Amino acid sequence: MPNLKDLKTRIEAVKSTRKITQAMQMVAAAKLRRAQDNAEAARPYAEQMNAVLGNLAKGASGSDNAPRLLAGTGSDKTHLLIVATAERGLCGGFNSSIAKLARIKARALQQAGKDVKILTIGKKGREQLRSEFGKLFIGHIDLSDVKQVRYENAQRIANDVLARFASDEFDVATLFFNTFKNVVTQEPTARQLIPAVFDGEDDAAMPNYDYEPDENAILSDLLPRSIATQIFTALLENAASEQGARMSAMDNATRNAGDMIDRLTIEYNRSRQAAITNELIEIISGAEAL
Amino acid sequence: MADVMQFDLVSPERKLASQTATSVQIPGVEGDLTAMPNHSAFLTTLRPGIVTVENGSDKTEYFVTGGFAEISEAGTSVLAEKAMAKSDLTSELLDEVLEAAEAALENAEEDNKIAAALRVNDVRFLKDQLGL
Repeated sequence: MPNLKDLKTRIEAVKSTRKITQAMQMVAAAKLRRAQDNAEAARPYAEQMNAVLGNLAKGASGSDNAPRLLAGTGSDKTHLLIVATAERGLCGGFNSSIAKLARIKARALQQAGKDVKILTIGKKGREQLRSEFGKLFIGHIDLSDVKQVRYENAQRIANDVLARFASDEFDVATLFFNTFKNVVTQEPTARQLIPAVFDGEDDAAMPNYDYEPDENAILSDLLPRSIATQIFTALLENAASEQGARMSAMDNATRNAGDMIDRLTIEYNRSRQAAITNELIEIISGAEAL
Repeated sequence: MADVMQFDLVSPERKLASQTATSVQIPGVEGDLTAMPNHSAFLTTLRPGIVTVENGSDKTEYFVTGGFAEISEAGTSVLAEKAMAKSDLTSELLDEVLEAAEAALENAEEDNKIAAALRVNDVRFLKDQLGL
């Protein structure tokens, strides 16, 4: 029979854990709201950028002098996987689901005989991928002291990626992140950045623009910016997803702690009862023996 | 004929302005232009400069850099990597832009050298003009 005192300490411990998870849940809820607002605010820019570029790209992709960012290097030997995860844990399956998707993709590419390089954003993903793909890491971006993702952060990452592309370090770049669906659902997503792909929305008929400078010059000016924008969008989606995942994980943890407290309390009461009954029996049998 | 159009100024982080306007002056990469309602469809990249939005007698000015302006039937939208009200522009910020432009010139390949040098000039000129 477990010791009464041990049980009591156990209950107290679980109670304080519950307090912590509850607090974390509330903090995550508040942060989630802000992250969602930020993601919302960034949407018009990304959408318009995409629409204009998609339109331009449709015209240019056939021509011979299309920018390399759009046409690619003409090979798909070396793949760069950019894996964006969180800097912190305790957010359910958030980090693992991105890492898992990246792992599957990396294995598939390796089996197909391609070279794989990995650039990680956020240390949690790095930790999870290190054992299997540690040798393939070519860089890491640490955002742990960034409280709120700014466009400049994304720009810096994009510049890094673009510089590597310019020096022919890779042919295809794919970005891994979690798309925020709602608080309980985050969808691990892989999006190809280079060569650029645009979701073809043919029904969005664009007027015939006059271009200044010409279309290709605009394209080569805007494509690098669009990569920064896509990374920025991904980071914002990630931030919202992380908070959403943490919120539901902490909600679960709080509920589990509650269940555990109930169970332990019942056990505690039973043991107490048993101890009392025992004592009574001893007293009665003692009295009878007299 | 419509005498106003929709004007949007968007930066990656937020929407700065969404209003009706009678005319918008845009610092296009090959020269300033003024968009008025029923302007033909037009797309240009931006150079660092001031966007002036006029709505009747109201006049608002914004500093923008890096991005493009799209003029269509639906209205005018300016997408800029950095955008802020002109009054929020400080000399430090402008210096940063200048530094970035100079760095870009340094790293520019042969074909882009002229364009990059022009950018640096644009920023210098803007600095002088605004006295910042």
